[in-house]
Amino acid sequence: MLAYIIRRVFQSVLVLLVVGLVAFAMFRFVGDPVDNMLGQERTQADIERLREQLGLDQPFIVQYWRFLEQAAQGNFGLSYRQGRPVAEILIERLPATLELAFVSGLLALFGGIALGIFTAIRRRGVSANVIMTVSLIGVSLPTFLIGILLIYVFSVELGWLPSFGRGEVTRIGGWTTGFLTESGLKALILPAITLGLYQMTLIMRLVRTEMLEVLRMDYIRFARARGIREKSINFRHALKNTLVPVITITGLQLGSIIAFAIITETVFQWPGVGLLFINAIQFVDIPVMAAYLMMISVMFVGINLIVDMLYFAIDPRLRVDRTAGGH
Amino acid sequence: MKKTAFLAAALLAGTAIGASAETLRWARAGDSLTLDPHAQNEGPTHTLAHQMYEPLIIRDMTGAFQAALATDWAPKEGDPNVWVFNLRQGVTFHDGADFTAEDVVFSINRAKSENSDMKELLNSITEVRAVDDHTVEFVTDGPNPILPSNLTNLFMMDKGWAEANGAVDVQDVEGGEKTFATTNTNGTGPYQLVSREPDVKTVLSLNENYWGKDQFPLDVTEIVYTPIQNAATRVAALLSGEVDFIQDVPVQDLGRVADTAGLVVKTAPQNRVIFFGMNQGADDIANDNVEGKNPLADVRVRQAMSMAINRDAIKQVVMRGQSQPAGMIAPPFVNGWTEAMDSASKTDIDAAKALMSDAGYGDGFSIQLDCPNDRYINDEAICQAAVGMLAQIGVTVNLDAKPKAQHFPLITNNQTDFYMLGWGVPTYDSEYIFNFLVHTRGSDRGSWNGTGFSNPEVDQMIQSLASETDLDKRNATIQSIWDVVQAEQLYIPIHHQVLNWGMKESVGIEVSPEDDPKFKFFNLN
Repeated sequence: MLAYIIRRVFQSVLVLLVVGLVAFAMFRFVGDPVDNMLGQERTQADIERLREQLGLDQPFIVQYWRFLEQAAQGNFGLSYRQGRPVAEILIERLPATLELAFVSGLLALFGGIALGIFTAIRRRGVSANVIMTVSLIGVSLPTFLIGILLIYVFSVELGWLPSFGRGEVTRIGGWTTGFLTESGLKALILPAITLGLYQMTLIMRLVRTEMLEVLRMDYIRFARARGIREKSINFRHALKNTLVPVITITGLQLGSIIAFAIITETVFQWPGVGLLFINAIQFVDIPVMAAYLMMISVMFVGINLIVDMLYFAIDPRLRVDRTAGGH
Repeated sequence: MKKTAFLAAALLAGTAIGASAETLRWARAGDSLTLDPHAQNEGPTHTLAHQMYEPLIIRDMTGAFQAALATDWAPKEGDPNVWVFNLRQGVTFHDGADFTAEDVVFSINRAKSENSDMKELLNSITEVRAVDDHTVEFVTDGPNPILPSNLTNLFMMDKGWAEANGAVDVQDVEGGEKTFATTNTNGTGPYQLVSREPDVKTVLSLNENYWGKDQFPLDVTEIVYTPIQNAATRVAALLSGEVDFIQDVPVQDLGRVADTAGLVVKTAPQNRVIFFGMNQGADDIANDNVEGKNPLADVRVRQAMSMAINRDAIKQVVMRGQSQPAGMIAPPFVNGWTEAMDSASKTDIDAAKALMSDAGYGDGFSIQLDCPNDRYINDEAICQAAVGMLAQIGVTVNLDAKPKAQHFPLITNNQTDFYMLGWGVPTYDSEYIFNFLVHTRGSDRGSWNGTGFSNPEVDQMIQSLASETDLDKRNATIQSIWDVVQAEQLYIPIHHQVLNWGMKESVGIEVSPEDDPKFKFFNLN
């Protein structure tokens, strides 16, 4: 068990290092930060001085090594764009993204499961078919278009919900939350729907297919034959067996909700890390881009590591195989 | 004691604001990059700084000089190398400290320091000295007739405050530590900082002790500034009434905003001209299909290319009427601009074709055009239109559009032969254009001249502008330089950008050519 975990952790660190290397190799193609940092009156001497100061005249391998050296000491440098420590900026922005991801995740999970069950049980009903058709829109329309559509309907035409920002936030320690104010909650609705819609339709279709599959099983038929109530069959017997793959998928999608909040955050001017990343790319803010990419890859690698370890704990066959292999 | 008094004043001010708070909610695409007034020479950063800090002289909303922290200024009698500035008396910083000549000396020296982004504008200043508490002398390395126009974005900081808070130096990006002045302010301006989250929200409130209380409307007592990057969202926020005033209205949404009851769009020519540059200096250029020679070196080719561009069509189709076709690369309010030169561009395909065959390129040639796609209004679309127009005279253009962070280094590093560039003139004088775009590329001047154009005589004339005090003579030199630029067809001017501000009808303000609203001038009805 221990050897397995150590090996997995070692592999994860290797993946992180490779991600960083690829990222640093790519930064050169994003553009030159020096032009953004100096005004239009800069001279050639200014450009060279700053480039040398920032180490941009060095090969990317050297730049990467410097970044790793500093990062190992917990220092991610100063943002070229804002002149403030990158770690401070990321910590300031993270709550907005996590809260949005959390709400969209809940929406996707519960909305998806409820609609999935409904469309499976009433699969010949009119409303179930309407939902199935509409769900196609959720899968096929690009996120920014859904966002803009929602803004035009609910902010401009109806005037019910805000079109941008997070509303009033409350500061609790180092965390800012929009859950405690009315405007904060209102501001969450449209971005959460925009971000969660794709995942919701995905889960809904998954639940529906799994459910239809399970409902055809012999044990469900026997249960019906025994006269067990329909409600109990659907929710106690069928649903439970449906949820195993759903939970696996949801776990994997959690990472992508956070990572792909970029577009939603840009449309709604949501002050999270995704918007920060977009700004960093436009400005070629290398320290912020590097730290963000490392953070996202740590998150993905971490989730995968946990999932792997969970499999190990849940699936006895893995353990048996290992011990058998040892003899 | 002083602190308590200040606190009491602030509390009083707070209640006064509570009684008649007029909040203006303001949105534009980008946020200020830093609160340090000397760290970035960039539009949105200066715009925010102008609300809290003040220079000696400002430009009002029409672009004309107006006395701010200096009441008057003139060259010293008998010594053309010295400018004398008389400072406004009785001005205090937000923390209550008095504004004196010491602060001016400190601020100018700070702005001249190595890490300052403003230092290029102050190159000619060798010394700043305080004569008495309210008189300052600027010593320059030769007569500098246009020094005042270099000072309109040069903000005054309090020496004592900067020393007490470790903000004497402008932040060194690689230095590691952020400085106090990056996130805190103490200016003399009409508004003071209440709170700020970069890229999210900045709140300013009226400075009750502002010296110009009786001179300016100051109807806005609170400013809430929220950057909204996405153009559609920004317009939606104005349409839904969540903001009162937006800059950067996209041209396709102008009609929508103007047709909405209670909203107006105001328009004015911007201090920015858009043009193409051509590498005429190289013997052979890399991005064309002509071997052994450079078609752009022939002035007839450059003229033909300019004649092929239909600026009215670009205005109508690409810009939806929101541009002003240009014949020279100077915005209309710049000293040296003439109507004759600005209307010189004519579209004439037949004459252009004739010029091409005269030059020996009757069959045309192909070349790559480098274009930004996130810098100017519809930049990539303008380039696309130009591709079609140039094809009419046999010039096959391969368009390569990139984000600005990749585009501008091409010009700086001489890696492009045909490129788009836009230019604004903060000093409102042609010398600024010549220094950067016409002078031979060297260590001090010509840093944005990607054309390879080099004419020692013209260089001489450009250098003489810096110290010519006889304004008539100076203007004559400016005209002769323009004559060369126009005759050489150094650049292909396209148009002057037009600025659009969208606002509630109750907001009374005209668009400033610098795209920098100064809220002390705003009326609210």
